[in-house]
Amino acid sequence: MKTPEKQIGARMNRVDGRQKVTGAATYSAEYQLPGITYAVLVGSTITKGRITSIDTKAAERAPGVLAVITHFNSPKVPGFDTAGKDPSQPATVGGPIKVFKDDKIRFNDQPIAIVVADSLERARFAAGLVKGQYAQEKHQTSLEAAKSQAFLPTSAKKNPKHPMNDYQRGQVDAYKTGAIKLESEYVVPTEVHQPMELQAITAHWEAPDRLTIYDKTQGTMATRRDFAREWGLPEENVKVIATYVGGAFGNALHSWQHESAAIIAARVVNRPVKLMLTREQMFTMVGYRPYTWQKLGMSATPDGKITAITHEAIGQTSTFEEFTESTLAQTRMMYESPNLTTRYRIASLDVNSPIWMRGPGEATGAFALESAMDEMAHLLNIDPLEFRLRNYTEQDPEKNRPWSSKFLKECYQLGAERVGWNKRQLKPGSLRDGDWLIGYGMGVGTFGAHRGSSKANIRLLPNGTVLLQSAVTDIGPGTATAMTQIAADTLGLAPEKIKFELGNSNFAQAPTQGGSAIVNTVGPAVQEACLALKEKLRTLAASSNAAFASAKKEDVVFAEGYLTLNGNPAARVPFADLLQQVDGGFVTVESKPQGNASKNYSMYSFSVHFAEVRVHALTGEVRVSKLVSCADAGTIVNEKTAGNQMKGGAVGGIGMALMEHAIIDDRFGRYITKDFADYHVPVHADSPDVQVAFVNKPDPYVNALGTKGIGEIAIIGVAPAIANAIFNATGKRIRELPITPDKLLV
Amino acid sequence: MNQFQYVRPTKQKAAIDALAKDANAQFIAGGTNLLDLMKRGVIASQKLIDINRLPLTKIESQNGSLRIGALALNGPVAEDRLVLERQPLLAQALSAGASAQLRNMATVGGNMLQRTRCPYFYDTAMPCNKREPGTGCGALEGINRMHAIFGFSDKCIAVHPSDMSVALVALDATVLVSGPKGDRRIPFNDFHRLPGDTPQKDTNLEQGELITAVEIPDAPFTKHVSYYKVRERASYAFALVSAAAALELDGTTIKSARLAMGGVAHKPWRLTAAEQVLVGKPATEETFRQAAEVAMQGAKAFKHNAYKLKLGPNTIIQALKTAAAA
Repeated sequence: MKTPEKQIGARMNRVDGRQKVTGAATYSAEYQLPGITYAVLVGSTITKGRITSIDTKAAERAPGVLAVITHFNSPKVPGFDTAGKDPSQPATVGGPIKVFKDDKIRFNDQPIAIVVADSLERARFAAGLVKGQYAQEKHQTSLEAAKSQAFLPTSAKKNPKHPMNDYQRGQVDAYKTGAIKLESEYVVPTEVHQPMELQAITAHWEAPDRLTIYDKTQGTMATRRDFAREWGLPEENVKVIATYVGGAFGNALHSWQHESAAIIAARVVNRPVKLMLTREQMFTMVGYRPYTWQKLGMSATPDGKITAITHEAIGQTSTFEEFTESTLAQTRMMYESPNLTTRYRIASLDVNSPIWMRGPGEATGAFALESAMDEMAHLLNIDPLEFRLRNYTEQDPEKNRPWSSKFLKECYQLGAERVGWNKRQLKPGSLRDGDWLIGYGMGVGTFGAHRGSSKANIRLLPNGTVLLQSAVTDIGPGTATAMTQIAADTLGLAPEKIKFELGNSNFAQAPTQGGSAIVNTVGPAVQEACLALKEKLRTLAASSNAAFASAKKEDVVFAEGYLTLNGNPAARVPFADLLQQVDGGFVTVESKPQGNASKNYSMYSFSVHFAEVRVHALTGEVRVSKLVSCADAGTIVNEKTAGNQMKGGAVGGIGMALMEHAIIDDRFGRYITKDFADYHVPVHADSPDVQVAFVNKPDPYVNALGTKGIGEIAIIGVAPAIANAIFNATGKRIRELPITPDKLLV
Repeated sequence: MNQFQYVRPTKQKAAIDALAKDANAQFIAGGTNLLDLMKRGVIASQKLIDINRLPLTKIESQNGSLRIGALALNGPVAEDRLVLERQPLLAQALSAGASAQLRNMATVGGNMLQRTRCPYFYDTAMPCNKREPGTGCGALEGINRMHAIFGFSDKCIAVHPSDMSVALVALDATVLVSGPKGDRRIPFNDFHRLPGDTPQKDTNLEQGELITAVEIPDAPFTKHVSYYKVRERASYAFALVSAAAALELDGTTIKSARLAMGGVAHKPWRLTAAEQVLVGKPATEETFRQAAEVAMQGAKAFKHNAYKLKLGPNTIIQALKTAAAA
């Protein structure tokens, strides 16, 4: 019989693409449960202080209103009193605000009330009638003003091995005595995730001790754990559904107050409650990429060998949670520098907590590091690509061990050819087309190739198809598609005969989607589950067919209606016979990283981005005319969806470089950019046809598939590539993002 | 959003009567700005008078002018054959505004009446004299990078956001209005107001008045025109600064010129003194630079918008260069 074509590597269309583009996919705010009600949150208008009173009378009397809940009348949430006391909880510092628990205001637009009504319009009208009175206190929302109070994160203070501690190799701050040196400060301002789908939850108490929530989350199991704990319930009593997630970029890695509020409201009205944040509330009631100040010092020899780097960063956090991210990680391992110092600090402001935004800290850190690399190359009068090659690391200089795989040089070559790097001139401002100055720049990105442990459920159905289930979510990369391809190759079954279900906390355990780790982690579980199913079926078939008894599981072949063996088509057992014996249940497999590979090797994905920009000499307008992203991400399971992820990251990088900027008026502590008219993300006209190239060589150590992860490296390094290209075009070095026309006119 | 009454008259007189007798009523046409403002609680109209059924959508050639009905949609107007042939500057300005979806909803009359995009005006928890007279101007000492450099007062430094209006003021258009006291014609430059002590009043329309059309006089500005808009992305953003330039050339000599700016004042900013500089001179960058210098006389910046003092003249030069080369 014909061997099915290999699916891993194929440009397979998304298995759920049709549902998404036809509107058949159901998102968290689209579950029309019987008796559904609608909720709207009211936010505080002050930044810090206490609520002295809340006038809810008019809202309560408004038509259709079922409840107005504030800290004055909110029911007791058992977990609000015990949170932080459970010794099994991870050692996080601080915790999210417990909504409607007390009168304290800790950031502007903090929820102070939730209004539930029988229609969204009535809830919104009534919410407008709720008026809070406050005793205001002096607030601080400016990181620049709070920099002097920055501190080492408590997690680092408690644990000297914690990666947020200061790092040192060679001599401290050795760049200061270097022959050729630079010292520059960089700012990445607050950016917001703002995925297309707003944060939304439908909360339903199916019984007094059974909660089901349809929630926009990146982790069904983490969300289940959070709300089971909040309500003092066994985890199995809480079900979290997130079948479709309309983008997230990290925004749904955290349980936010609106989720707690909707669950409280559903408890009070004893009906399902639907709550969707407004676009404006997406700036304030959920996290964001924190404003981060950085200073980078670097020294080098005249022939272009880096002798020392010192990289410092201060990121903002809230007053109630210590948020940290790996802003300085790339600096420690990317270039061969014998002397290297990093110092990471955070500063508390009267704002909501940040949360990792795509590429997270590494993207922020790479803006400083890769800009500084360009600055040093310019000082040395060396081509920036050549400068990077002269400081290329053949092994990890931070951990002193080999890379599991690294094909960054191949990426450099691919990208340089495609962007036309040979046209780049060493002297800035050399290329011009009429009123437009032309420049070329590059930026490098890296992110850990993380693999965790995960389970997968698998089951043969009577029609000969295979059903797989995982609690994992898909925030857009095409998880179900990739898993279907992995299963198809492992089972030797056409992808149409495989169904991969996800986004339900009752399915097999899987990690939260984030950190570019899902194919690395869930992929092997799917692979092993497929092999386990084959072995199980082989064993069952052996009882009625001797040929199967001596066969290997790899030789088991699925055919139309029956199971057969590779090279022995005469051996066949109908599915119906097998299913009688399997009792229709799932086979569950757990997959974990094996052996010492992660201790013996440093595992990273790598990327490089090359930009060609045009800058208008009179107006300072910037157009990215070419953008080429090349990645060493191990095996590429689906070049189409992987390429799509790279393009999405590159477009996000254009936003980061040129326009994204959430601005607070510090006098009030309120955002003045609160919609898409004021907070700009790229439109189609801002994005060239991003070219993507993959090295596509398997990593021998991360997992059996050879994957390393794509999501983060797609954006890490894009912003500095564009900033460096702008320098090459104009001779203007902009160290504070975004690079808007006003900054180029000065 | 508040609850409101909604009526949809089919006769112009009924619409005007409905508005004239109700101070809390408002016309709604495309609604692209009004609905946003109502959802944010910035405007709380008690009654919306939907005028979309009034017969005011025609674009017609008249003796010596082009007449565009107040309910003609921005998108179709920008693509209209008559407009493209006779007033290409207007077509360019319209196409530079908003997005295709919004242009297909927004009307010509509504475009003139859009409110400022000043963030302090939009946020009911912040001070704004335009939204709530007497509360102060949040932008004056605040984040004012988008704000005015001409014609502001200590009560308000907001700018008018329309692109279309910049072209119309340059082209000497006239606004036709109809009200309880009859019809009248308002020269475009007198239609919008400077903030002064009453920034809550954007225009000189009186209670009950309805814009019925704009008229643009025929002029020799059919070829050398440019609406140049500088914004923070390639499309779908309000102007940092924009310039509308129209030239009548005799060989390389400028016979007549029209010039206006957007994003710099509480109204579209006509630059007649700079136009005078251009007339009779060769269409060179040096001439354009002289005009731009005159255009910027009297400009004054705030903490965050000093870049406009440089972007302003540069945008004028760029618009004039583009117009001359067209």
